[in-house]
Amino acid sequence: MSSAAAIEVEGIVRRFGDFTAVDGIRFSVAEGEIFGLLGPNGAGKSTLIRVLTTLVPPTAGTARVAGCDVVREAAGVRRAIGVIPQNMTSDRELTVRENLSLFAQLYDVPRRRRPALIAELLSAVQLTEWADKPVKFLSGGMRRRVEIARGLVHRPRILFLDEPTTGLDPVSRTAVWQMLRQLKAEQDLTVVLTTHYLDEADALCDRIAIVDHGKLVALDTPLALKASLPGDSLVEVSFADPPPGWVERLRALPAVERVTGEGRAFRISSLDGPVTLRALLGAAEAEGVHFESLGVQHTSLDDVFAEYTGRQLRDALQEPSARESAVMTAKGRH
Amino acid sequence: MRHVWALVERELIRFLRAPLLIIFTILGPLLQLVVLGYAFGGTLHGLRLAMVDEDHGVQALRLRERAQAVAAGAGTFEAVLYADEAGALKALRIGKVSGVVVIPRGFTRRILAREAPQVALVENNVDRFVSSALAGVLKELVTGLDQVQVTTTRLPAGVALAVVELYPFVPYVQYLLPGTIVLAIFTMVMLGGAFAFMDDKVLGIHEGYLVTPVTRLELVAAFDVSGAIKAVTAGTVLTLVGMVLSGVPAPLEPVRLLQALLVITLTALALVSVMFLLLARVNDPMVPRIASMLLNTLLFFPSGAVYPVEALPGWLRAIAVVDPFTYAVRALRTLLLQGAGLAAITPDLLVLSATGAVALVLSAAVFRRSL
Repeated sequence: MSSAAAIEVEGIVRRFGDFTAVDGIRFSVAEGEIFGLLGPNGAGKSTLIRVLTTLVPPTAGTARVAGCDVVREAAGVRRAIGVIPQNMTSDRELTVRENLSLFAQLYDVPRRRRPALIAELLSAVQLTEWADKPVKFLSGGMRRRVEIARGLVHRPRILFLDEPTTGLDPVSRTAVWQMLRQLKAEQDLTVVLTTHYLDEADALCDRIAIVDHGKLVALDTPLALKASLPGDSLVEVSFADPPPGWVERLRALPAVERVTGEGRAFRISSLDGPVTLRALLGAAEAEGVHFESLGVQHTSLDDVFAEYTGRQLRDALQEPSARESAVMTAKGRH
Repeated sequence: MRHVWALVERELIRFLRAPLLIIFTILGPLLQLVVLGYAFGGTLHGLRLAMVDEDHGVQALRLRERAQAVAAGAGTFEAVLYADEAGALKALRIGKVSGVVVIPRGFTRRILAREAPQVALVENNVDRFVSSALAGVLKELVTGLDQVQVTTTRLPAGVALAVVELYPFVPYVQYLLPGTIVLAIFTMVMLGGAFAFMDDKVLGIHEGYLVTPVTRLELVAAFDVSGAIKAVTAGTVLTLVGMVLSGVPAPLEPVRLLQALLVITLTALALVSVMFLLLARVNDPMVPRIASMLLNTLLFFPSGAVYPVEALPGWLRAIAVVDPFTYAVRALRTLLLQGAGLAAITPDLLVLSATGAVALVLSAAVFRRSL
């Protein structure tokens, strides 16, 4: 990884009326890095990507992409970046090859270079056999690969992907991940992607920025983020009949760093999962306390998300997005 | 230019792969031409006219015979004799007859005595076409009777108006053709231009363009040029088919067709530029649909396409002045039906060119190169 910054974001704010979608975010992305923006729907990830790809001007703050200011030097930014938007926007009536050819022309790829380049891209995204089929006949995963090829048609230095695997089946998701890793290795790309899939961020990204309600709440490598939480294991347990003072007994178990929860369900952070678990089983048997459920897992990004935002990502995904909430509140006032 | 051509090429590939769009865009105006053209262009036949003869004199009999002659000849109406006025009026009210002619008592005597005899026509003025046709035919019949008297009294003859028709008889369907061609151009501007533009916007296809180095002017020019090419195709096909269907003489005369192509091209560019100017900042896909319905009425009818502009009330004539349809319809009518050359339509061509150019520049200024 080179140390030069491919992207520098300085206090970007974007408001839509009264609603602040992006609220003073700042970070930088090094060249050759895969950088993930992780957060629930409506967190501000897509708006931030749209600011960085010159689609939406910022309300305040500055950002430089490939050395160009996103407002004053937007044309320079556009030449340096490839964008794969959240919605699949390839023309369904055109063939895969026609879609790629259109964008090659829009990016001023010389005519003589186009056929070889398109053939190479089709091969890279494994769509050579489908090159002359209209996009409407392709599956969701294949269409996403068309989008990726389209975003790379001018050999950009930086690739932006907005939720690249949303709506894809697990096999297609894995295929997209492999393709991105391979492309990054072969073309020395800098990649910025947004996702609300923790496994995707964990598997792909060199660094992850957790975004919630338009703000950056944490930024580091996946390993460092997980290490920032107490313990390396998490015991999730619930009891049928916990006696008074049971939480203190749990805190006194070996290797326990922290116990959260009340009533009958608890989350025990442990530096050594097996040791804590054996002691827990012994204590429960000695006290005659019965288990309702018991689970042990390594600290995950979901735990990291919960630590920094106060709620589970899977729960946050069920909530209406912040923008939807703002709209509903505004409507409710009338 | 390369960017513009790339975007236009994409539009044309889609256009050629959607034959239904072409068929329906042409079929609608063509259907209107045939149905409206022949519905309005015909003459009335087979009306029933009640006649009440309260005179029973020689002149009344002559009038009745003349009425029977109309029935046997032009067939505008069939005269039905009623015994009394009350019965005839009842028949008129319930729609059994379309008018009632009452020949009053003393009619023959008044004619002979030159005392300005009168015949009463009671008409159902709910239907103005029928009542004016009946009145017209009856006036001729009565005037005939009157002229016999005038001739015998040797009164000085009135001023005669000799009408010379400059062109062969132009049926209404041909009169309607220029408006229909412009309507086909407009329909394609909406379906193939405005609707397609808005659908692409909603589907995010424009978002894909906006992250490329294509400029704002190139985007607007590409939308305009591709919309105009589609509209010119529709206008040209309708011109050819419409001229043959409506029986315009020498429909394939090449010079006239080339001149018509010029008018069609300028009309298409003017309409498509105005449309994109109106839609430059619209994001709701319902807007072009609603605008299409409203503009169809607002631009087509005041333009002289179906009825002369000179017959319109002042406020509609004001609309006609700013309506690009007016200039396109007039130019096409002058070319196709009057056989005049380009010199005769230069003012119309200038108005259409200026409209297109101003709307293009304004839409490029208004169009936002961001979401």
